[in-house]
Amino acid sequence: MADAHAKHHDYHLVDPSPWPAIGGASGFVTAVGAIIYFHSGNPWILAIGLLAVVYTMIMWWRDVVNEAQHGGHHTPVVQLHLRYGMILFIASEVMFFVAWFWAFFDASLFSDEVIQAARVEHTGGHWPPQGIATFDPWHLPLVNTLILLTSGTTVTWAHHALVHNDREGLKWGLICTVILGALFTCVQAYEYAHAAFSFSGSIYGSTFFMATGFHGFHVLIGTIFLTVCLFRALAGHFKPEQHFGFEAAAWYWHFVDVVWLFLFACIYVWGAGTPAAH
Amino acid sequence: MATDAHHADPKGWRRWVLSTNHKDIGTLYLCFALIGGLVGGAMSIGLRMELQEPGMQIFGDPHVFNVFTTGHGLIMVFFMIMPSLFGGFGNWFVPLMNGAPDMAFPRLNNFSFWLLPPALGLLVISLFVEGPPGGLGAGIGWTAYAPLSTSGHPGPAVDFAILSLHLAGASSILSSINFITTIFNMRAPGMTMHKMPLFSWSILITAFLLLLSLPVLAGAITMLLTDRNFGTTFFEASGGGDPILFQHLFWFFGHPEVYIIIIPGFGIVSQVISTFSKKPVFGYLGMVYAMVAIGVVGFIVWAHHMYTVGLDVDTQAYFVAATMVIAVPTGVKIFSWIATMWGGSIRFPAAMLFAIGFLFLFTVGGVTGVVLANAGIDRAMHDTYYVVAHFHYTMSIGALFTLFAGWYYWFPKMSGRMYSERLAQIHFWLLFAGVNLTFFPQHFVGLAGMPRRFADYPDAYEGWNFVSSIGSYISVLGMLVFVIATVQAFRTGKKAGNNPWGEGATTLEWSLTSPPPVHCYTELPRIK
Repeated sequence: MADAHAKHHDYHLVDPSPWPAIGGASGFVTAVGAIIYFHSGNPWILAIGLLAVVYTMIMWWRDVVNEAQHGGHHTPVVQLHLRYGMILFIASEVMFFVAWFWAFFDASLFSDEVIQAARVEHTGGHWPPQGIATFDPWHLPLVNTLILLTSGTTVTWAHHALVHNDREGLKWGLICTVILGALFTCVQAYEYAHAAFSFSGSIYGSTFFMATGFHGFHVLIGTIFLTVCLFRALAGHFKPEQHFGFEAAAWYWHFVDVVWLFLFACIYVWGAGTPAAH
Repeated sequence: MATDAHHADPKGWRRWVLSTNHKDIGTLYLCFALIGGLVGGAMSIGLRMELQEPGMQIFGDPHVFNVFTTGHGLIMVFFMIMPSLFGGFGNWFVPLMNGAPDMAFPRLNNFSFWLLPPALGLLVISLFVEGPPGGLGAGIGWTAYAPLSTSGHPGPAVDFAILSLHLAGASSILSSINFITTIFNMRAPGMTMHKMPLFSWSILITAFLLLLSLPVLAGAITMLLTDRNFGTTFFEASGGGDPILFQHLFWFFGHPEVYIIIIPGFGIVSQVISTFSKKPVFGYLGMVYAMVAIGVVGFIVWAHHMYTVGLDVDTQAYFVAATMVIAVPTGVKIFSWIATMWGGSIRFPAAMLFAIGFLFLFTVGGVTGVVLANAGIDRAMHDTYYVVAHFHYTMSIGALFTLFAGWYYWFPKMSGRMYSERLAQIHFWLLFAGVNLTFFPQHFVGLAGMPRRFADYPDAYEGWNFVSSIGSYISVLGMLVFVIATVQAFRTGKKAGNNPWGEGATTLEWSLTSPPPVHCYTELPRIK
């Protein structure tokens, strides 16, 4: 057996795995559940589908971590694959945000386009649309910008500590980053709860909440990713010369950071008009 | 390596469901595409039966005609052409041609496949649930323009179609990441990018197009979903939104998508014509960078689908010019294929016939494309059957012919058996006659002003529509021969040697047994 499969290359021929098929089925249940929820309000099938998706992700990535940690499968070339994979994934995420920025600029730059009579009636011919009281960008949004930028620094601190085999620095750098990420989400939730405009009925609320909401969702994912890295670091994972899981989380975190800077500059500052007094 | 001792190859259903093997996953994709093709093809026959004569023939409700149009378009694009050319042949032959033992992410590869059956399932469910008030299914076209897809279809059918596209899109993004990583990092020692076979190049370029365009579609259809279910107003003018925004977002994806469909076919045709002309392909580097140019320019021509929506005249002028530019690299490809054949020692097995058939079809579709690129002319042509004829000649039957070229070219390699050349040739001639009879007359009724997506038409368009429908029935006969030829090849086909095509077939897959061993290239090949 071993002879028949002897390989003379460093690529990783992955063992057969149930997670792809289970993941596909979970996606199906989630989609059907979402539609049932949209049309009848019953959330249970959606909840089951989402749980199955989360379960699949946990089991799948557990396998990946084991292959890296104990199987010795992550040779230098396999690590290179993972780097390419992560960069390409982030590239596709960037294009996803392009769609939301496109919607925002379509609405904000052309709020007074004369051939769109119905739109002009809604916006009053300017941005933000008439009757919309926006957030003061130099208030909580600025605080959140500083929180996220600081978290970018702490994750770099953790990375340098890891490279220099300073495990304490790695641990505390990650703990700070995770706390800052969670803090950002809390501030964002507080801000949402105090918005003077609503999600539905107006293009301002639609573009604002969907763009910042998808960003917030990505912050959440990034925070979970970093939390997993923290637990892995506490369990003794990651070596100064091999720690791609950590790097992927850091790349993702920087991506989320950069998206926020664009959201802050475009939607909060440029798109705010004259903000309401706080 | 000791760590591989436990690497057992599962048998039975586990081999397919749990697979991490690029050849098995490629086979899954091809079988899936066959099912998609049968369903999508049956729907198109329904359309032609309805349009055979003026008046209503088989559909009681014209909405059902629109549902069939939608289903036919979405299924053929996402569940037939893409799974076969990109997923099927890409999986099978990119690693084999590049001398790689498998894909870079074999488990992710299987996930890409296993997202597709649920996606097709969602689309099929959408046919049987309420769409517009009192009607079943989504009659929104594959383009799903708002407000037809929002306030026009309050029922859940459109939600099913949208989430079907979400899953199919995720599948394609993940397989694109996989292909790009595999092609950049797993070429055999000595195979530089400029020595890589054109088929691998075509898959690489297609993967980039998918990676960068599909997320924009995902955003657009997510906006549709929230407009439909949560009261956002992205495409609702009375709430400050803009229905044209949907068209921009859709076509920013949609135009690259038509190249996503045809570029793998370019790669296949290059391999086939070179093999059966017994010559290296003419102007290899020109062929590579023509595909790159088509891919890049394909991202900046999207609004030529939208000339009639009220775009600024200067904007239209830009999109006319940019669109015309695409004819240049496309011409480079067509002439290089012809130059490859020039002075070659040419044979005409089925694969070569389909490749040359593709050259004819794609040239016809290409020149009508140059006509349609003009915003002024498009005023009269937009949404007529002239457009239907144009895009079927290029990305539909053009792509289908490359698919069959690849099928007959690689069938001996994949199955280890030879197909019946006689049946394959009958398949080609029936299909070639059928599709031309179907689509060429659509130029005439289109020029005469017959609009798309209507179940009925004035008597003036009688005649050519009848011819068109007869053509589609001949295509069905051709496909019947295809099924018989395939069954016959599996049952009684002669064993195929490593390389049934002789010295013209120079790529690495022909150095392996037919079918190749489960794990090949345990010793990486070296390219001089």
